[in-house]
Amino acid sequence: MKYTTRRAVGLGLTGLTALAAFFIVGMLALILLDVARNGARHLSWAFLTQPPSDGMMAGGIFPAIFGTAALTLLMTLAVMPVGVLTAVYLHEYAPPESRFARWVRVAVVNLAGVPSIVFGLFGLGFFILFVGGNLDRLLGYEEMHWAQPSILWASLTLAVLTLPVVIVSTEEALRAVPLEQRTASLALGATQSQTLARVVLPGALPGILTGAVLAISRGAGEVAPILFTGAAYFLPDLPTQLNSQFMHLGYHTYVMATQSPNVTEASGPLYATVLVLLALTFALNLVAVIIRTRTRRKAASAH
Amino acid sequence: MSLQPQNPRAKMEARELILRYGAKTAIHKVSLAILDRRVTALIGPSGCGKSTFLRSLNRMNDLISGTTHAGTILLDGMDIHDRGVDVVDLRRRVGMVFQKSNPFPKSIFENVAYGLRVGGMKDKAELASRVEKSLRGAALWDEVKDRLDESALGLSGGQQQRLCIARAMAVEPEVLLMDEPASALDPIATAKIEELIHELKATYTIAIVTHNMQQAARVSDRTAFFYMGELVECGPTEQIFTNPREKRTEDYVTGKFG
Amino acid sequence: MEQGLTHSVAAPRLSAAARRRQLREKAVAGFITLMAFTGIAALVLIIVFVAKEALTLFTDADARHEASLSKMFLPQEGRYPFRWQPVSDTPKVSMIPLFVGTLKITLVSMLVAVPMGIFSALFVAEFAPRRLRELLKPVIELLAGIPSVVLGFFALMVLSPMVKSLFHLDRPLNGTLAGLALALAIVPVIFTVSEDALTAVPRSYREASLALGATLWETAWKVVLPAAAPGILAACVLGFGRAIGETMIVLMASGNADLVSWNLGDSARSLSATIAAEMGEVVVGSPHYSLLFFIGVELFIFTFVLNMVASTWTKKVLQRLTGSAS
Ligand SMILES: Nc1ncnc2c1ncn2[C@@H]1O[C@H](COP(=O)(O)OP(=O)(O)O)[C@@H](O)[C@H]1O
Ligand SMILES: [Mg+2]
Repeated sequence: MKYTTRRAVGLGLTGLTALAAFFIVGMLALILLDVARNGARHLSWAFLTQPPSDGMMAGGIFPAIFGTAALTLLMTLAVMPVGVLTAVYLHEYAPPESRFARWVRVAVVNLAGVPSIVFGLFGLGFFILFVGGNLDRLLGYEEMHWAQPSILWASLTLAVLTLPVVIVSTEEALRAVPLEQRTASLALGATQSQTLARVVLPGALPGILTGAVLAISRGAGEVAPILFTGAAYFLPDLPTQLNSQFMHLGYHTYVMATQSPNVTEASGPLYATVLVLLALTFALNLVAVIIRTRTRRKAASAH
Repeated sequence: MSLQPQNPRAKMEARELILRYGAKTAIHKVSLAILDRRVTALIGPSGCGKSTFLRSLNRMNDLISGTTHAGTILLDGMDIHDRGVDVVDLRRRVGMVFQKSNPFPKSIFENVAYGLRVGGMKDKAELASRVEKSLRGAALWDEVKDRLDESALGLSGGQQQRLCIARAMAVEPEVLLMDEPASALDPIATAKIEELIHELKATYTIAIVTHNMQQAARVSDRTAFFYMGELVECGPTEQIFTNPREKRTEDYVTGKFG
Repeated sequence: MEQGLTHSVAAPRLSAAARRRQLREKAVAGFITLMAFTGIAALVLIIVFVAKEALTLFTDADARHEASLSKMFLPQEGRYPFRWQPVSDTPKVSMIPLFVGTLKITLVSMLVAVPMGIFSALFVAEFAPRRLRELLKPVIELLAGIPSVVLGFFALMVLSPMVKSLFHLDRPLNGTLAGLALALAIVPVIFTVSEDALTAVPRSYREASLALGATLWETAWKVVLPAAAPGILAACVLGFGRAIGETMIVLMASGNADLVSWNLGDSARSLSATIAAEMGEVVVGSPHYSLLFFIGVELFIFTFVLNMVASTWTKKVLQRLTGSAS
């Protein structure tokens, strides 16, 4: 083939790859625009602050917002210490070539690949039936107290699910703290834990927070793991106890979209619910991605 | 185990020190005394083991995995690898300044106060006075006294390195190890550091690695010449530069190789 | 601070403060190591407790009768040899329709997501100008930040009528719709991993090819892509695993009928969606309950194997291209 024809063919195929990339961006834009446009129409202050009424057709979704926020908060409290310290072990404490560390890494990689519905089964089998059941027996509850779906068990299930997210982001953040700062600290007579607390963790803080934001964004959007570990379609009361069930934006969306008799009629509140859910998850994700891109660029230009 | 130092004026002393990175021997049977309140310069071509030797004096090599050592290092006659020596205590007595200045991304004040804080000092007034003393000692006080709360990363390269010296001095070590402290600095900043070393030797025992012959001649009392992991010769600086005993030393100091 | 020689003649003794400090450091290190154990513990507990609830199928006589392995995997007598109707009077528990449904939906999604993911990764890694590249990469990755329930909802409200009229299908909810929606979820996975693999190819490969007179496209297609091939395969395997396990999208868009049909326009029922749809109603401890956990074990094993394969390949490509083991 002549060079010019080869060039032309190449350009055509290159154009095809560009098309693929822009098509994906287009789909993303389509989803966002569709939800934003249809959702904004029904969104109001009352919708955000009132409980639903009239079989979900009227009123608002405050309990679902509250439930999602409470669930995610509990999840964050559980996952952050464990995830950050695991990453600290892997990056700061593990002896080089440590077999244990390698096992931890393998476990984390695989944990990230376990389907979310299996986490739901795990939450049911382990937290509710095993831990909850034994707690009830030990504490002498006659009827089920802990051995039932609740916000505590759902949040712990999500904490296990988001553990890899936190570990991976924290490790990246730790990598970004220059080795010389650790050396300087140790040379001044600081112990390893003092170096960790005063130099390494503060230096890694932005990256760790990014990880937290990503975990929250992920955890708040997951529905499969909470289907049978604590989410409820409608509850008259907000969850006030650790063993209460809770309403959830994602679960609400799922039930309304698949089980309401007339989806078109419900589409106003439904779209508004999805918009709120997206605002929570997608916006947090956006923030994390922007911070991360910026710090990566800074790190790249610093070298 | 405690050994009587052979040379009564040796603050630190290495005896038949061997140091390996994995299978590679970086220091081979080096015996060298670092005299009390003197400046000892370590010179030699790059890769000859100067930094490795320096780092072994406050056990910074412990941090590099795969290092093993044989032989003895004494501090005031005490084996620093003895189980009774805590490495944290050792590093407070033997401070270190690195080739590349490495201030923490904290304020100037917090940088200097760091070693004191991790040592448990809490009293604000005491901290402030020690920070001032160290900054004055490092001839930096006048330049930074109005901006102690600003980030140390805003200082110039030379100022950053003097800040690192002040930071190391704040914990009042007995020995100060410096690994090419001026190699990344311009001539004016270098001159300031050299001047500083002159003043510091009244109170500190100093070991300084340098690849700059003039600098070694200017600042040091004694000079040790390393070559391929071995100590070729050590003596008064004057003698090493004018009348070396070894041919290799002469070739190096006169610039025939290196 | 200043110690005279007289002090140091005695053998050094660890001071009380130093001993306390060392003890504290050991305690901290121990605690951190213990925390690191959580990841391993979680993975082990997941398989142990999901398998534990499934075990009744093999130990309980009732369950063994109602849901034997032959009933799950072999054709049964009657007009419909493969049915999944675990709550009818005579429960039918064939997993074949679930396998077929899962596979069908997954294949549709892979058919779309693999070329899309690899092509866009090629564009971003090889052809896009730097500024565009720095913009496109995070934007495409943002797609991964959309919850799957939202993608399912989007499939239901927007894609469903489009797909139905475009392919002239009878049903609004079907395997094609679920597969297409699923593609949205796995495209970012394939894109990200492929792009990383492509970027890991040393610049010298490209320069050598270009210097020999190859065009930019030929270089990308014949030099860079093959060099990154294990990584790109890993990306596809990873995407495949994600697709098999994905629940909400499939649950909402597939129609969930237990058909053994390779017709893409038919409704389909996947493994994951079956768990999600039925676990809420099931009696704890019943054969049906154990069956759902058994499906969970199957999903766990599938994805586990796919993950191990993918991570081995990723490691291999990194090793080959950078010469390091990390
Ligand atoms: N961390 C390390 N791992 C393995 N080898 C090292 C390490 N640091 C230094 N070396 C090797 O030890 C020898 C001495 O190095 P170094 O002490 O840094 O020399 P100098 O400071 O005199 O230039 C060199 O051959 C170097 O390659
Ligand atoms: Mg050196």
